[in-house]
Amino acid sequence: MESIAKIIGQRVAFGALTLWIVSLIIFAGVQLLPGDIATELLGQSATPETVAALRKSLGLDIPAYLRYFDWLRSILQGNFGTALANGRDIAELIEPRLFNTLLLAASAAVISVPLALIGGIVSALYRNTFIDRAINVVTLASISFPEFFVAYILILFLAVNAGILPSLSDVDQSTSALGRLTAMALPALTLAVVVLAHMLRMTRTSIVNLLGNQYIETARLKGLPEWRVLVRHALPNALGPIATVIVLNLAYLITGVVVVEVVFVYPGLGQLIVDSVQKRDIPVVQACSLIFAATYVLLNLTADVLSIVMNPRLMRPK
Amino acid sequence: MTFLHSPRVIRTGVSKFKSAPLSAKFGISIIILYMLTALFAPHLAPYGEAEIVATPFEPWSAQFWLGTDNLGRDMFTRLVFGARNTLGIALVTTVLAFSLGCSAGLAAATFGGWTDQLLSRLVDVLMSIPQLIFALLLLSIFGTSIPTLIVVIAVLDSTRVFRLTRAVAINVAVLDYVEAARLRGEGPIWIMTREILPNIAPTLIAEFGLRFCFVFLLISGLSFLGLGIQPPTADWGSMVRDSATLITYGDVTPLLPAGAIALLAVAINLVVDWFLHWASGLKED
Repeated sequence: MESIAKIIGQRVAFGALTLWIVSLIIFAGVQLLPGDIATELLGQSATPETVAALRKSLGLDIPAYLRYFDWLRSILQGNFGTALANGRDIAELIEPRLFNTLLLAASAAVISVPLALIGGIVSALYRNTFIDRAINVVTLASISFPEFFVAYILILFLAVNAGILPSLSDVDQSTSALGRLTAMALPALTLAVVVLAHMLRMTRTSIVNLLGNQYIETARLKGLPEWRVLVRHALPNALGPIATVIVLNLAYLITGVVVVEVVFVYPGLGQLIVDSVQKRDIPVVQACSLIFAATYVLLNLTADVLSIVMNPRLMRPK
Repeated sequence: MTFLHSPRVIRTGVSKFKSAPLSAKFGISIIILYMLTALFAPHLAPYGEAEIVATPFEPWSAQFWLGTDNLGRDMFTRLVFGARNTLGIALVTTVLAFSLGCSAGLAAATFGGWTDQLLSRLVDVLMSIPQLIFALLLLSIFGTSIPTLIVVIAVLDSTRVFRLTRAVAINVAVLDYVEAARLRGEGPIWIMTREILPNIAPTLIAEFGLRFCFVFLLISGLSFLGLGIQPPTADWGSMVRDSATLITYGDVTPLLPAGAIALLAVAINLVVDWFLHWASGLKED
């Protein structure tokens, strides 16, 4: 067990290092601005005096490395500074939106993960038959579709033609739990469709790859029905790679969420970052990218650790 | 040289096309159709690219086949020009990403040691931030113009190309004939382009298709968010965004540019699937 703790420790240390470098990149990116953020903010009409005054109030007269440590320390304390556009506290701006985004991503995961597992098993059970081919075509298509295409098709069928679900999800604090759930249904469904395909294909491949093994042959010769062979004998051994793919796809949700939130006007972090890029509100973009990147790094780390933990050969050293 | 043999190349091309499965034939036909549309856009389109020809949101009619958009520009014309702009920009970006990624990947595999370590760690770091988020961060810093967009996406995407090129090239770099070339005294450029590159070409060609698809989807996504290709340039992503309100009235017009994007992505995937199958020399099972 000692070696496994060591491997996991190394991965975690590497994850922490990555996070630190990411923070460095996000901070340094702003230093690349032609001129600096003060001239950028004041625009054409800036006089040297106003620029100097703003630089002082933003703390730009201090050397960059000192500002970096200041910035990092305040972020670790949960203080992201204020937005340039409206002077509001960024942490306050982000908090409800982060909750919304996490809720959306979690619902998408709750819908897509069981569907992907069941779909993958069905596809493997009826491999090379019509059902398998149909699933294959559908998943191949949905891998290639842009998120907004899936979103508008769902809107057209479920919101406009059938009229079951709302096409806008502009929830706020006052929305009831049920209202929130119906409002979130379409964006969650869209995200689920987008990530479902890859997970499903991976589940099928991992199971089918194991079918040549002798213990599968033994199980079949015992006279077990095929579904039992797959679920009880093949699936447990395929769980490692499947778990990794699922976590990696959850990491992919982080990017998918941006476009989907914009389509449905869902007040999440993705919409905030897009708005802020348009306004060039750089502190907000920095804060959002840092959160997105940190989640992404953490999920990738989880995938790494899971693939180690789920490999029995690594867990039971000789 | 290649042009001297062109009748033979065309003949083998045609015979390969005939032996391809239906899905690949479909994909190839779609890609050729898109390329022709992009090339002959000004001749196919009834109006000018940014010409305002009627009132906003005209319905479909004989005069405006697919109606007009939010400013009264002909939708069909914009769709045709969109093929040229969207595909052109995605192609330039992918070629740039490949030149960067391939040369860095080949260098890392050929030289090994410090070069390899340095490039690989750099790529690790760049890949630790999700691509769309990184692109948003860089675009907010450098502003959204087409050259910036191309460079930013190309650099971000070259990391994926680097990983693959390095991985396949490293396997080839240890083979005997590369060692022989080294002992013969060939320079690193010769080894990279004459010894390693031809042997990893099939993998790279397939990857080019997939990367193009990915870049094309990323740029369309950014344009849809209003951060990619800027008006008045016609582009499918921003066309979806501009006409999106129509969908709430049950009008399918916004789905057309979105569908154009999706169809091309499917077509490329089908062709790449077939190409990989064919290049790996596997038989139908």
